[in-house]
Amino acid sequence: MTTAATTEDASQPERAPAAQEAEGPYALSHLDALESEAVHIFREVAGEFERPVILFSGGKDSIVMLHLALKAFAPAAVPFSLLHVDTGHNFPEVIAYRDRVVAAHRLRLHVASVQDYIDRGVLKERPDGTRNPLQTLPLTEKIAAERFDAVFGGGRRDEEKARAKERVFSLRDEFSQWDPRRQRPELWQLYNGRHAPGEHVRVFPLSNWTELDVWQYIAREGIELPEIYFAHERPVFLRGGMWLTAGDWGGPKDGEAVETRRVRYRTVGDMSCTGAVDSDASTLDAVIAEIAASRLTERGATRADDKLSEAAMEDRKREGYF
Amino acid sequence: MTSTTAGRLAGPFATTLLRFATAGSVDDGKSTLVGRLLHDSKSVLADQLEAVEHASRSRGAEGPDLALLTDGLRAEREQGITIDVAYRYFATPRRRFILADTPGHVQYTRNMVTGASTADLAVVLVDARNGVIEQTRRHAAVAALLRVPHVVLAVNKMDLVAYAEPVFAKIAEEFTAYATELGVPEVTAIPISALAGDNVVEPSATMDWYDGPTVLEHLETVPVSHDLTGCHARLPVQYVIRPQTAEHPDYRGYAGQIAAGTFRVGDEVTVLPSGRTTKVAGIDLLGRPVDVAWTPQSVTVLLEDDLDISRGDMLVPSSDTPTTTQDIAATVCHVADTPLRVGQRVLLKHTTRTVKAIVKQIPSRLTLDDLSQHPNPGLLAANDIGRVLVRTAEPLALDAYADSRRTGSFLLIDPADGTTLAAGMAGEAFARAEAPASATDDEEGWDF
Repeated sequence: MTTAATTEDASQPERAPAAQEAEGPYALSHLDALESEAVHIFREVAGEFERPVILFSGGKDSIVMLHLALKAFAPAAVPFSLLHVDTGHNFPEVIAYRDRVVAAHRLRLHVASVQDYIDRGVLKERPDGTRNPLQTLPLTEKIAAERFDAVFGGGRRDEEKARAKERVFSLRDEFSQWDPRRQRPELWQLYNGRHAPGEHVRVFPLSNWTELDVWQYIAREGIELPEIYFAHERPVFLRGGMWLTAGDWGGPKDGEAVETRRVRYRTVGDMSCTGAVDSDASTLDAVIAEIAASRLTERGATRADDKLSEAAMEDRKREGYF
Repeated sequence: MTSTTAGRLAGPFATTLLRFATAGSVDDGKSTLVGRLLHDSKSVLADQLEAVEHASRSRGAEGPDLALLTDGLRAEREQGITIDVAYRYFATPRRRFILADTPGHVQYTRNMVTGASTADLAVVLVDARNGVIEQTRRHAAVAALLRVPHVVLAVNKMDLVAYAEPVFAKIAEEFTAYATELGVPEVTAIPISALAGDNVVEPSATMDWYDGPTVLEHLETVPVSHDLTGCHARLPVQYVIRPQTAEHPDYRGYAGQIAAGTFRVGDEVTVLPSGRTTKVAGIDLLGRPVDVAWTPQSVTVLLEDDLDISRGDMLVPSSDTPTTTQDIAATVCHVADTPLRVGQRVLLKHTTRTVKAIVKQIPSRLTLDDLSQHPNPGLLAANDIGRVLVRTAEPLALDAYADSRRTGSFLLIDPADGTTLAAGMAGEAFARAEAPASATDDEEGWDF
């Protein structure tokens, strides 16, 4: 019997003293339960699919996914490659982080480039400069070209109302489209990944995690993140109620004034639609305290693209978005 | 990407996780109850509430309609119904919750089965004005069938029956008697008003005759783990980890999530279906060696002997092996739109093993409202629950679902397109003897 409650080792299964009294010796903390479930999902995919890939943006959710995958197959290598859909408007700190991680774990990285599609005239720049909606075509074409049959995404069901109905194993047709009525019921822990040639399955190992769980897990595991998640001085300008980073992507425009503020990012995406929040949280503990006290959900505060309409996310998911 | 943190963090780091499901219809005020739980436990954030207030105003409502918090897809918003299982997340300082929010209409039995399949607790909602109705019996039967350990009866709309204790007491008594008859091990009845907020999160100021917990208090304190000493230990092998590197030339680990019970280093284990025996040489708990591990931990087990083991095999204690069989008698809930027929060729997925199978017989279809059985229906349509006999191409190590939810459950899958056809539970349907077969003059006919 290991006595987890007395140890300082963060990788030990944690048990609340209160929980232990009430629950007996076989309790698990919520983080251990979520971790165990995610590892189970990674191993199921490894056992049942030929060509899985992890969508890796360098954002915290994809970083946690990769960390879980590394744990699931240790001491062997992760049997998946990585795929980054590069909007061309990424934060340089995030790209640097991505390249470090890929090198450190000797992973194979595929890149699907939005800029490349724009240069070839296949995609057109939107008037507002936002490139998130442009990611769908490069992503789906890369999936088809590489014949990926399972694509891990960092999506969480707590993020948005349409995602509350997403499945851990989410079937997509050959156009990557998501049909809510074709999704299979999620019974017990029996994931059905069978699919026809040309179809693939999106897999969401973090389905049952919340933003706070992700941050707590990052803290517990001591996972390194790109610096932009922590408070730093940055020149920003105000647009649509959000602090955006100035850059070649399309800002600031006339009438938008740049000022230097102390901010951090709660989510990391395309620079054109990812807003920073005023913050002094420069450590993980401070970030967690801030989130726990926050009165705004992650996307509401920082994502312009989800505010487009009440059904925006649902429509984009149908088209094959993450 | 690895390091250690300075010790353990207090507060939310040390909570347990409860998965629960709700069953009830729109008319019972289920969305309002869920909205109230999220709202009063401060899990609803300002921007979500703002969106709800905006939507309520645009529909001409006066205050915020909490039910709108849990509306998902456009089709539902247009029809004002809930068409699928939605998952909600909230936390209190004491516990983290995953709620499978399932619609309660008759045609959505499969969604309720889905939500209940992973639930430690089910909340069944009743309108105090209507009492226990057919639908309530159906919800109780699904909870019993899926072996949900804890059932809460939430008697809602007490404000519309003048908060009268006799009304509550009569409903609670009737429901508890029925659920107990079905073998539900524990029923907790709570009088509430989701609209006014009585006994959902805050204790009711009006119903001073009730001194039990509020719904949230009960959710926070109900035990989520069990004494595993009497359980069968089961580890379905998911994946074989063989690094074959200079550092780990001979490492061969069997990775899987413990489906039931506990495993210790030194245990003598049998590998199924081969029947070979060996001992547990080591257990890796995600990179850390441990002496003991238990369900639902994901582990990697190292064995003393070099046996031929692959995905789909199962490790069990040599002193407690399940019987292996190719003939499975089970209760299934049919979840696909096309019917399941006698003679149909299917795939059967049990733990990490998928085998070919044939539906040999469908001895009866069960009407959940009164548990009457309709013998030899010939087929099962969507949302039907029935008994089946399935013959598999290879032997499976199946436990009775009553003993082990993870190793007693299975899926039937259409080999042609991969559709999940049915959710299966091996062994007897209910904890006690099933209700006597009655009503062969089943009025319902086929519900196509």
